[in-house]
Amino acid sequence: MEIKFNDETLALVQKTIKRYPEGKHKSALLPILHIAQAEFGGWLSPETMDYVASILNIKPIEVYEVASFYSMYNLKPVGKCLLEVCRTSSCWTRGAEDIVNHLEKKLGIKEGETTKDGMFTIKTVECLGSCGTAPMLQCGASFHENLTLEKVDSLLDEYRAAGKQRSYTDMDYKNTL
Amino acid sequence: MGKKLLIHNDHVPGIATLEVYRQNGGYASVEKALKSMTPAEVVEEVKKSGLRGRGGAGFPTGMKWSFLAKPEGVERYLVCNADESEPGTFKDRYLMEKIPHALIEGMITSSYALGAKTSYIYIRGEYFYVARILEQAIEEAYAAGLLGKNILGTDFSHDCYVQVGAGAYICGEETALLESLEGKRGNPRIKPPFPAIAGLYGCPTVVNNVETIAAVCPIINMGGDEYAKIGVGRSTGTKLISASGHINKPGVYEIELGLPVEEFIYSEEYCGGIINGRKMKAVVAGGSSVPILPTELILKNDKGEPRLMTYESLSEGGFATGTMLGSGGFIVYDETTSIVKNLYTFARFYHHESCGQCSPCREGTGWMEKILHRIVEGHGKPSDIDLLWDIQRKIEGNTICPLGDAAAWPVASAIRHFRAEFEEYINHPERIKDVKHYYSVHQLAGA
Ligand SMILES: Cc1cc2nc3c(=O)[nH]c(=O)nc-3n(C[C@H](O)[C@H](O)[C@H](O)COP(=O)(O)O)c2cc1C
Ligand code: SF4
Ligand code: FES
Repeated sequence: MEIKFNDETLALVQKTIKRYPEGKHKSALLPILHIAQAEFGGWLSPETMDYVASILNIKPIEVYEVASFYSMYNLKPVGKCLLEVCRTSSCWTRGAEDIVNHLEKKLGIKEGETTKDGMFTIKTVECLGSCGTAPMLQCGASFHENLTLEKVDSLLDEYRAAGKQRSYTDMDYKNTL
Repeated sequence: MGKKLLIHNDHVPGIATLEVYRQNGGYASVEKALKSMTPAEVVEEVKKSGLRGRGGAGFPTGMKWSFLAKPEGVERYLVCNADESEPGTFKDRYLMEKIPHALIEGMITSSYALGAKTSYIYIRGEYFYVARILEQAIEEAYAAGLLGKNILGTDFSHDCYVQVGAGAYICGEETALLESLEGKRGNPRIKPPFPAIAGLYGCPTVVNNVETIAAVCPIINMGGDEYAKIGVGRSTGTKLISASGHINKPGVYEIELGLPVEEFIYSEEYCGGIINGRKMKAVVAGGSSVPILPTELILKNDKGEPRLMTYESLSEGGFATGTMLGSGGFIVYDETTSIVKNLYTFARFYHHESCGQCSPCREGTGWMEKILHRIVEGHGKPSDIDLLWDIQRKIEGNTICPLGDAAAWPVASAIRHFRAEFEEYINHPERIKDVKHYYSVHQLAGA
């Protein structure tokens, strides 16, 4: 895969940089890393990070240290659908462990692993602000709330049938609150 | 029915659009402030209202605004804290998603008061879709002349931008947030200087929570004195409460401060009581960071008086018998809940979220997680309870930012009020071995 934004994305990058005062373009780093992750396979390879550094005219180390700090940046490849299941208190009290166990059994992988076909990765995460609609999982921009095992099953079927990569920057999010 | 000022229109179809929002009285505070008030007068109304920061600390907003330095020729910024990552808290998401213009309106009116030409809304990355909703609202506001140059034909010009984070609870701490907004790791800064003197890009900056900023609109519309009449004592106005856990009606509720806790939990208007008619065991009243209280202490204070949903009443009795209103993240646990296992989820959270700058927080949160893990797994030692107590004490007050305290308080309060349960885990691991201590999704489906 060639690590280079197309013209449309480059225009978006320029627009993002203009939000900040002259000389403060480093502020655009977090938003641009999100775009880069979505465009270049769902994770931030060293090549991708170096490319982002060159676009912002900052040192690669400035990108690495930021990318490694924030939990939404994947520094290793993940499946097309990263299933992020909340495990914190409110979700735990309403069965988050059942959701994780069910996913593990259904997909034949453990938390933190990716299915052989590269379709799904299971990850447990901390509170996502859906405590009132627990248990929940996030995939890309979409929140899936008030989960039951049946809902999880149909979600997996739907995602497998669509077969595409899900990113935080997706526009076709589902508004489920 | 209590008074509602923030989300009273949340079920009006199309309220997320500018058109419907304005039909329902939206942007009146911008009209009023920009056309008939000086910035100082706006600050004065906010002072009179008694509004206190809704992000957790409850600091008086008018006072914070009056601390903002105003050196000649230096930019000032308003930054909205929409990081909302405190476990149990989801009110800002609700407000932004349902009525995005309520925040944008507040950003404009507040920026006018502060003399800020630019403002940023820093929203947690996981709320990407909410950021899109805000961006659409901002676009509409620009098109209607409510943002940009010479707003509503006045001399005031303002630009407002949304910035997405990337997953880090610590970026809710205001100086970490500013670091993150500058494109860096979210390491909290050593204070002083406070953001009011040197904040974003070294310029004077006010950081306020989403709900705080939205509350400025009704305050300007009705006047600070009127607003201050709502509530009890120094807890004025209304507050959004995120209610979750073992209740019949989880969700976001706007309450008048002063509502009795018991009414909030059991009345049909709010939480609707405990699921399956079970008994309540404990409550975390203000987000994961505040002390957990057993039923008898959350419903009544140590003097036997009913506890109210106010900053003062919830903290009555200090940490020995009280807690805090915090962010308004209200988590209810029923009689089947394991306090120890629940605490483990919190300890794991704080360890995961520590930025690692201070040794007591970085190491201490890790140790607490590890010890609680072995207790939960049935391998705890009798000395572990005192060890946990000792560690949390050594973290509290010894760190750069309050995350250290936030990690210590849940541990201290769980041991203080539920010590016998820790002893049960340690002395009789066989009794807890196969108990799940939470609702299975099947049970909930049947509930
Ligand atoms: C670890 C930590 C996390 C915080 N998270 C948030 C948050 O998500 N949202 C928020 O508004 N304030 C949060 N705060 C409080 C902010 O530092 C700050 O006090 C607040 O944004 C000020 O706004 P207010 O006066 O309107 O409440 C957090 C504080 C700490 C120490
Ligand atoms: S207390 Fe914890 S989170 Fe706060 S600065 Fe220190 S190490 Fe970082
Ligand atoms: S605890 Fe799971 S979303 Fe808050």
